[in-house]
Amino acid sequence: MDYGFFQHYWWFLISLLGALLVFLMFVQGGQSLIYRIGKTDDELKLMLDSLGKKWELTFTTLVTFGGAFFASFPLFYSTSFSGAYWVWILILFSFVIQAVSFHFIHKKGNLLGKNTYKAFLFINGLMGPILIGAAVSTFFFGAEFTINRGNIADMGNPIISQWNTAWHGLEALWGSTLPGGFHLWNVVLGLAIFFLVRSLGALYFINNIRNEEIVSRARKHVLINSIAFLIFFLPYLIRLLLKDGWTGQPDGTIVIEEYKYLKTILANWWMIVILLVGVVGVLYGFILGSFYKKSRKGIWFAGVGTVMVVLVVLLTAGFNGSAYYPSLTDPNSSLTIANSSSSLFTLRTMSVVSLFIPFVVAYISYVWKKMDFHI
Amino acid sequence: MDIALIDWSRAQFALTAMYHWVFVPLTLGLGLLMCIYSTYYYKTGDEKWKSTTRFWQKLFGVNFAVGLATGLILEFEFGTNWSNYSYFVGDIFGAPLAIEGIVAFFIEATFFAVVFFGWDKVSKKFHLASTWIAVFGATLSAWWILVANAWMQYPVGMHFNPETARNEMVDFIAIAFSPVAVNKFLHTVLSSWVLGSAFVVGLSSWYLLRKKHVDFSIRSIKIAAIVGLSAILLTVLTGHYSGQKVATYQPMKLAAMEGLYNGSNKADLVGFGILKPDKLYDDGQDPFVFKIDVPIPGFLSFMSFNDFNSFVPGVQDIIDGYTLSDGTVHPSYGEKVVQGKAAQQALRDYCQAMKANDEEAKETNMAVLDENMKYFGYGFFDSPEESIPPIALTFYTFHIMVLLGFYFIAFFALVWYLNRKGTLGKVKWLLWLGILSIPLAYVASQSGWIVAEVGRQPWSIQDVLPLSQSVSSIPVANVKTTFFIFLTLFTIFLIADIGIMKNIIRKGPKAEAENNGY
Ligand code: HDD
Ligand code: HEM
Ligand code: HEM
Repeated sequence: MDYGFFQHYWWFLISLLGALLVFLMFVQGGQSLIYRIGKTDDELKLMLDSLGKKWELTFTTLVTFGGAFFASFPLFYSTSFSGAYWVWILILFSFVIQAVSFHFIHKKGNLLGKNTYKAFLFINGLMGPILIGAAVSTFFFGAEFTINRGNIADMGNPIISQWNTAWHGLEALWGSTLPGGFHLWNVVLGLAIFFLVRSLGALYFINNIRNEEIVSRARKHVLINSIAFLIFFLPYLIRLLLKDGWTGQPDGTIVIEEYKYLKTILANWWMIVILLVGVVGVLYGFILGSFYKKSRKGIWFAGVGTVMVVLVVLLTAGFNGSAYYPSLTDPNSSLTIANSSSSLFTLRTMSVVSLFIPFVVAYISYVWKKMDFHI
Repeated sequence: MDIALIDWSRAQFALTAMYHWVFVPLTLGLGLLMCIYSTYYYKTGDEKWKSTTRFWQKLFGVNFAVGLATGLILEFEFGTNWSNYSYFVGDIFGAPLAIEGIVAFFIEATFFAVVFFGWDKVSKKFHLASTWIAVFGATLSAWWILVANAWMQYPVGMHFNPETARNEMVDFIAIAFSPVAVNKFLHTVLSSWVLGSAFVVGLSSWYLLRKKHVDFSIRSIKIAAIVGLSAILLTVLTGHYSGQKVATYQPMKLAAMEGLYNGSNKADLVGFGILKPDKLYDDGQDPFVFKIDVPIPGFLSFMSFNDFNSFVPGVQDIIDGYTLSDGTVHPSYGEKVVQGKAAQQALRDYCQAMKANDEEAKETNMAVLDENMKYFGYGFFDSPEESIPPIALTFYTFHIMVLLGFYFIAFFALVWYLNRKGTLGKVKWLLWLGILSIPLAYVASQSGWIVAEVGRQPWSIQDVLPLSQSVSSIPVANVKTTFFIFLTLFTIFLIADIGIMKNIIRKGPKAEAENNGY
């Protein structure tokens, strides 16, 4: 198995972790609904108890996503986190207040009072998905940075990754600072993810909480939010498939190619299959949740569907020679999985470790099943 | 690089790491005790053990949350604030972090859910097993993060690749089981058990002083005193081994820890002392205003190299170059700078050769790099002072830690003995000392990290990469802003954390938990 194999394997793992993260952000979606669905204190407590048992899985997936990205594509980690500083800091900030809020909200002597922690949870539910969505969208729409590896030996200016806007990541919200760079597609994806996780959050409540008031309100929110999701996501998907992409050439330079992402998907029939099955799953889950009063299973269909769709979207960003982090200022600085990965040795070593993942997942599922938490 | 940027980035990292370390040692220490109490419950079926377990578990849970929150920031901070560093050594450094996530955190996240919510839902046996597995998972994650940290102190198992201009991993086992890593892990985890035991003994002492929950307190202390006593003895032993590792691999750190400027054979160990603030490394002044040596001649030599006569270098020797008693020659600062500059020039030439497709030039420069890479970082320095860590801070924190180490031996021994005799409740001064021991344990633990991290300065990777080349290029105002955001946020959470704990403690162990364990 050669270098290319391991690079693709790790891009696949990163994409899978990203896809799982989006699904698990149903916790954030649920948090963003606490004011709308939880009308009384008891209802609120039910909702938070229910989310409170799952939030750590989402959080841990985020941590693992970060660690795995660092280890397998260190150049992305060092470029994006330092460059798009504010986007990432705000994401982290929102998760920090989440972690603490879940533990503190019902405790006596918690200093800030229940309503503040409730607001913190809402903020995380709002900011987390939107900003993560916008950050992911820069995989396709690019960012403004340059890279010069040799600079490490430069006394005066030892900067390997240089960000070219003073906004440090916030520019992603309106496209870019370059002339003609204005577009809102990053925000569109952010909002799409936001409404998606809200729908998933509502579906999760339907599945997990045995309280008819909450469930019937949640069903309404599945409908509203899934429609909003489709309004934002479908145009984005179409835009993506019609859009130019950046491609690495054998000599290491990077050029712009028409219909890049469409070509990637067409060249890989299995991606089309996964994408279509995923879309059907998501839609079926929404329909179950909105209209079938007896069914509590919508979350499973929508959840698995979400993982499949996001997986394909993330795979297209990196497979087929695409630059998954295009530089708008200097195309040749763009990151591809070939020019930004760890060494063969490191990837191979970590691949051995990754063989434990199925066991870990099996273990986790077994434990959750055994505990059967319904509220 | 802009000095202010470097300093603010350091301040931010130190702030978040030290806040993280407020919560982590208690997680590790209290975690172990929780496991043991829980095991007693399982064995005896006595409900009193159950309420003991649940009480400590409640405090554990509150503390755990803020540990997670601060850890998340740390993990990403390598990218946001140390981006050069993250690229230059990410090929090696990233792997332990990733492995930590994959194997350790998931174990923790899942099994702690059982620990908190699983009472009466799963079988007693399964609950007990989950408690042990969860704490084992937390300890395992400590292993991996400490591997990463140890590697920065003693970089092994790597090779510099000029094509990518970064260090690449060539030997995973050497990294994961380096002597520094193994030792650091043992010392850190054992010292956390000390802290956890001090916490339990301290709070129980408070109850004993107020004559509340007496049975519970004695029961808690019974185990915590034994764990604390065993752990502190092992902490001192592993601390000694840590010192030996430092002597071998980071002589400058050792010199700073001891305030040693001019080394000697038969070097003495400083018991305590006050340093002159205006001492320059080469002005020949006695560095101390006053000091008390440990009254065993040559003890530092013995502690460092197992031989009372061996040579221990001081700051000035390290800068001038010296020869160890076993014959190894250590080059002077000047020679290291020459080597570092040669390596850097070779890297620049290699990049040129790569552009020109000149295979021969690539090969020659590769050879120069291989020979001089060891001191790559010295090429960035202008004066020898830059290679010296802050001596006073390293010296004082080291001695505070060590003195507290011996204090804790006496403390736990006494507590254990009196508790066994059943007279602990009457010895008021010891109970007060018990309460005071909680902050003392924190002081020792934080001091340990300051010794390890400040003593490593100016390096982020020993001899290879100084801090000044590690930072991200972000306007300093941005780093300042996030610094104050984190400071405010974490301080608020710390106060809330203490407030909640105070409430739980006031209520005491009897009041059954309202069942929201998270
Ligand atoms: C000796 C142990 C130790 C040390 C030196 C550190 N940590 Fe830590 N960390 C832990 C031991 C630990 C722990 C005991 O395992 C924690 C505390 C609470 C928890 O869940 O795990 C933890 C939590 C924790 C989390 C949250 C994980 C989760 O979701 O479960 C992250 C991301 C980090 N840490 C990252 C770091 C980084 C980047 C460090 C480097 C400075 C660091 N920690 C130092
Ligand atoms: C006689 C007693 C002790 C000795 C000789 C000792 C020695 C050391 C040394 C030499 C280091 C630096 C290791 C390095 O830089 O790599 C260290 C670090 C540390 N010490 Fe101690 N120590 C002692 C007691 C304690 C106590 C009582 C605690 C806390 C309760 C503690 C907690 C720590 C911690 C947390 C670190 C940082 C982690 C590490 O680098 O291993 N130590 N100790
Ligand atoms: C959790 C316990 C830790 C504490 C309390 C701690 C403490 C500190 C302190 C005080 C500094 C600032 C030093 C100075 O600027 O003079 C620092 C810097 C730093 N430490 Fe730690 N540290 C901890 C763990 C770690 C670990 C486990 C790692 C690596 C995985 C690490 C990596 C660094 C880095 C990268 C810096 C900034 C650059 C540098 O000073 O080298 N630290 N830490």
